[in-house]
Amino acid sequence: MKRDPIYGIMAEFDSAQALVDAAHTTHQAGYQKIDAYSPFPIEGLAEEIGFHFDEIPLTVLIGGIVGGLTGYLMQYWMSAVDYPLNIGGKPYHSWPAFIIITFEMTILFAGISAVLGMLAFNGLPMPYHPVFNVPRFSSASKDRFFLIVFSSDKKYDPAGTRKFLEALSPRSVSEVPS
Amino acid sequence: MCCREFQRSFGPQNARQDDKTEIKMADEYKSTMAAVDRAPVIEPGHTFGTVTEKISAIVLTRPASNGWFVGFGIAFMLTMMLLYAIGYLVLKGTGIWGVTIPIGWGFAIVNFVWWIGIGHAGTLISAILLLLRQSWRNSINRFAEAMTLFAVACAGIFPAVHVGRPWLAYWFFPIPNTMGVWPQFRSPLMWDVFAVSTYATISALFWFVGLIPDLATLRDRTENPILKIAYGMLSLGWRGSARHWHRYETMYLLLAGLATPLVLSVHTVVSFDFAVGIVPGWHTTIFPPYFVAGAIYSGFAMVLMLAIPIRKIYGLEDFITDRHLQNSAKVMLATGLIVGYGYMIEAFMGWYGGDRYDAFTLWNRLHGPYAIPYYMLLICNIFIPQVLWIKKLRTSPVALFFISGVILVGMWLERFIIVVVSLQRDFLTSSWGMYYPTRWDWMTYIGTIGMFLMLMFLFLRILPAISIFEMRTLLPEAEVKE
Repeated sequence: MKRDPIYGIMAEFDSAQALVDAAHTTHQAGYQKIDAYSPFPIEGLAEEIGFHFDEIPLTVLIGGIVGGLTGYLMQYWMSAVDYPLNIGGKPYHSWPAFIIITFEMTILFAGISAVLGMLAFNGLPMPYHPVFNVPRFSSASKDRFFLIVFSSDKKYDPAGTRKFLEALSPRSVSEVPS
Repeated sequence: MCCREFQRSFGPQNARQDDKTEIKMADEYKSTMAAVDRAPVIEPGHTFGTVTEKISAIVLTRPASNGWFVGFGIAFMLTMMLLYAIGYLVLKGTGIWGVTIPIGWGFAIVNFVWWIGIGHAGTLISAILLLLRQSWRNSINRFAEAMTLFAVACAGIFPAVHVGRPWLAYWFFPIPNTMGVWPQFRSPLMWDVFAVSTYATISALFWFVGLIPDLATLRDRTENPILKIAYGMLSLGWRGSARHWHRYETMYLLLAGLATPLVLSVHTVVSFDFAVGIVPGWHTTIFPPYFVAGAIYSGFAMVLMLAIPIRKIYGLEDFITDRHLQNSAKVMLATGLIVGYGYMIEAFMGWYGGDRYDAFTLWNRLHGPYAIPYYMLLICNIFIPQVLWIKKLRTSPVALFFISGVILVGMWLERFIIVVVSLQRDFLTSSWGMYYPTRWDWMTYIGTIGMFLMLMFLFLRILPAISIFEMRTLLPEAEVKE
């Protein structure tokens, strides 16, 4: 497969506000495949670049249900089916005593699926990424804000997109080699 | 600035006002008023850059001082002492400890409960205060979480070694074995295994994912190529994409929501280890809430004992301000009063409940051979901390440091009283006994303190002790209008 030697065009901004405004304008102008980078979470930024469905809550719900069922059924099967033992005359299936471990397993599975889900849907770990080729991008984890239009976008054309981004009064605009 | 906000809220307004703006006005008024008599969470004059540089410099550029080496060296030697004590225990068995019948639960359980309790403040700060939108938590949550993790690691040692044959400690877990028998799930001790191991796992995850964006910052700041690779691998290639942040924040909030009931359940389950038994002095329904309050009480004391020297030595007074100290002191005061209420109810029920064994346990606490530790406990946990009502002491780092130390001693004594005094005079006088901790008990206990400090020393030098990205969000420049 032939790959575009250019991954995208990236603009650098000074403030969170400038990035949000630029993302808004770019998305409004019809660019679909864009991304924004910031050193801290900015409320509403993901929506500005067209991110609307967050998969994490559902992942955690499923993880929690699986965990709860695992916890309860494990105890039931071990105490009442596989090796029933009479302990102080209590029923084999002593459900009130099983509640705590069921609860703990629910939390355990839900928590693990929250973290693994976040990583999986974000495509992490990913030690290499083309945006790291831009030397100035190292400030994205400190005090600078970046907006990128990917070359895979339908509306992308090298000169026009560059001009468009320059019109947003960024600090600098650079090409991202892939 | 306050005045301007005040004017904006109460200046001339349009006649057309719906309920929503009124509520907003009221909120603004409240926050303006509250801001007046509170110290800032972060001192003015900082930018994204200075916050980043100041916190990451501790790890990246600042050389380790002689003081650090001395402190680390002592802590390391204490950890070696711990390994020696455990090694000897494995060789000889629990007979080297002071535990006998009737006191089968000695230092191991006292220290286990003490350490687990200390861990609770970290989760309270990182999860519960996050859900309550207490933004001041942002500068102390990172090392409080580290404290939780290390405290749980210290706590975990005790149940693992006190079983006598620690190489069989995996029998705690439902792992198939040659006997074909499964753990006994009706026992609170099994509940404890699940509660504590879940707590350790979730705390570790919470701490690590909180670190990911800051590890990316360190990766981008460091000039050492080896460190760059190390931090780069640990940060999992984090690049701060808006989509990533969105999922990250959802995950973080959900994890906080899960950790909140979890942390409350952990010390509740620890208290079940006692409360479900029929031993007088243990068999009481007040245990769960009063254990949780006591856990947070001792945990905040440990947070302050760590935060006060750290902020002094590393010059972090801009980020860990007097407001943090004061708020922590207020939490201690409140939880301390709950603990005091617990003691009162215990004593009251002993006297009023009509059970002669309960009444005797109370009498034994007040007049028995361990009366002096009991009075010391009351002094340390109930009487001395009342000086926190005085604002001057509440804001003085030196005073807070010593009061926190007193509380930690008091909370250790509390667990000693609960474990030892309840057991030492059994139902029959023929089976009364005394508990004398041996040097191995003390070596194990002091050894875990050394291990805790050693991990803390390493943490301070290797990872950012304050969450950098969460500090950035506290700056006014981080505010964005749609």
